[in-house]
Amino acid sequence: MSLSKIKFDKKIVLSLWIILIALIIAAPTLLPVFRLNLLGRYLSLSIVALGVDLIWGYTGLLSLGQGIFFALGGYCAAMYLQITSSSEFPNNIPEFFALYGVEKLPFFWEPFRSPVFTFFAIWIIPALVAGLIGFLVFRNRIKGVYFSILTQASLLVFFNFFNGQQKLINGTNGLKTDVTQLLGQMVGSESMQRIFFWITSVLVIASWFFAKWVVKGRFGNILIGIRDDEPRVRFTGYNPVIFKTIIFSIAGGLAGISGALYTVQSGIVSPQFMTVPFSIEMVIWVAVGGRGTLLGAILGAVFINYAKSLVSEALPASWMFIQGGLFILVVTALPEGVLGWIQGDGPRNLLQRFGLKRKIETYPSLEVNKKEGNNE
Amino acid sequence: MNNKDLLNLIDITVSFEGFLALNKLNLNLKKGELRAVIGPNGAGKTTFLDVITGKVKPTNGEVIFKGKSLVGRKEHKIARLGVGRKFQSPRIFENLTVKENLEISVTTPKSPLNLINKSIKDEQLNEIDRLMKIVNLAQKVDSKAGSLSHGQKQWLEIAMLVGQKPDLMLVDEPVAGLTDEETDLTADLLKSLSGENTVVVIDHDMEFIRRLDSNVSVLNQGTVLCEGTMETIQKDKKVIDVYLGRPED
Repeated sequence: MSLSKIKFDKKIVLSLWIILIALIIAAPTLLPVFRLNLLGRYLSLSIVALGVDLIWGYTGLLSLGQGIFFALGGYCAAMYLQITSSSEFPNNIPEFFALYGVEKLPFFWEPFRSPVFTFFAIWIIPALVAGLIGFLVFRNRIKGVYFSILTQASLLVFFNFFNGQQKLINGTNGLKTDVTQLLGQMVGSESMQRIFFWITSVLVIASWFFAKWVVKGRFGNILIGIRDDEPRVRFTGYNPVIFKTIIFSIAGGLAGISGALYTVQSGIVSPQFMTVPFSIEMVIWVAVGGRGTLLGAILGAVFINYAKSLVSEALPASWMFIQGGLFILVVTALPEGVLGWIQGDGPRNLLQRFGLKRKIETYPSLEVNKKEGNNE
Repeated sequence: MNNKDLLNLIDITVSFEGFLALNKLNLNLKKGELRAVIGPNGAGKTTFLDVITGKVKPTNGEVIFKGKSLVGRKEHKIARLGVGRKFQSPRIFENLTVKENLEISVTTPKSPLNLINKSIKDEQLNEIDRLMKIVNLAQKVDSKAGSLSHGQKQWLEIAMLVGQKPDLMLVDEPVAGLTDEETDLTADLLKSLSGENTVVVIDHDMEFIRRLDSNVSVLNQGTVLCEGTMETIQKDKKVIDVYLGRPED
């Protein structure tokens, strides 16, 4: 492990952060409001990606059901906006209820009249649901591919339930937020969208600090231990069930915040947030960005989604192929993801391959040190 | 059963779909004892450790540790009661550094709240320093455990075991793949641990077992064939039959 190596890693991460923050600060003046809104949405998606990185990258739990918690956060936000903007509609309840002849507000809508309740519900409800699902699954020692299948099955259960409940939450049509009012302004208005962009940016950075705090130190080491050798953690006296439940719950909470921010910026929440491909995409963002790097999850979510919208505008229908190709490329060529590759010896090996950089010549005895560097 | 015993295994039977991995096994360990367990492949040596540590639930029988039954307890609870285990192939956390590996083992209490809230205690850091010196890994503090040599990994795992401060240490083939010199050092290390700790060592390596200079239990077909000093068991006819007469076992 050489000193220059550490510096190089830090430089890369630091410069990526500078680029990201510069982008965030410059975006509101440089981008038209349509593009700014897209960037804001993608930044909010990076928060759910951070959660995926915590549970998958660090703890080895490949969840294909993060859409559940994402959508729950979105519904909490949308219910608050709908109920507080429903004074001109019949019975003072959201407009869509009239379509199905509902005259009385379903009971679970009531607490969402309170902004304080909503503020907490957005992240606590998804975190509790995740904690409950997680605890039941982890307690029964369901792991690996079975865990992934189970989370996907739960996603389908939630999707079908939300899709079918017209009288409770407008079913497949979802809840619109762009024409609702917040603090006397229309949520879909340009000035509100600019505010949401700032809120999102601040929350992305705050979530990163939070995630970093969770994984640094011994707690994070136990998560890595669970990922690499769970029985060994258990025989050392730790209860992996508790640790996995906590981290899954944290990822659920982050997904909820992400979903709420995404909803107010895209103008609607619907069961489409709980489709199978969307939850798999979340995993792809993290895989491409770099598992277990946190920053990679943010960059993966923002850049892949931005590329998606640009490519879809230019070449409609080709995005799925590109996304599939990207995933295959990452799995085969860059198993650590782009950021993992950069932080490893990737760039140097590439330059060497093209003869642009001399191979490091070492004595066999020094070879050992080089190997250590590789593992860092 | 007697009050000075740390561990009693009483009539332990483990049946894997009719195959008896352990068959009415009885074994008692005194506090501070060093005990070697040997036996041919398939004799049930590893299953025997699995039963004590809670990985396998015995079909029949009772495990009494410090006066408490261990049967039906979860692995992490048994570990917290004071049973530590070193696995056959070194099982360390390869993506963590040597120091981080040891931190995991010496940390108490092992609750999430303690881990996330508080930084590691000074006495635990001192303990880590001490352990690293004992197993000669002080130079490698910040190296990834995955970059260590096989022998160093074995030792790191032993250090992790000691760091847990267990009353009972179960050590499964600690010298597999080690050089002669490392084997000797490991034997001395384990001997020095007994007395204060109770240590059970499982191995095939006769030279190593002889060097431990302890009582030996010979397992065969899931039951204790014979117990005694190395000299006694080497003269035992049954042991000679099992080890020399039927090598295909």
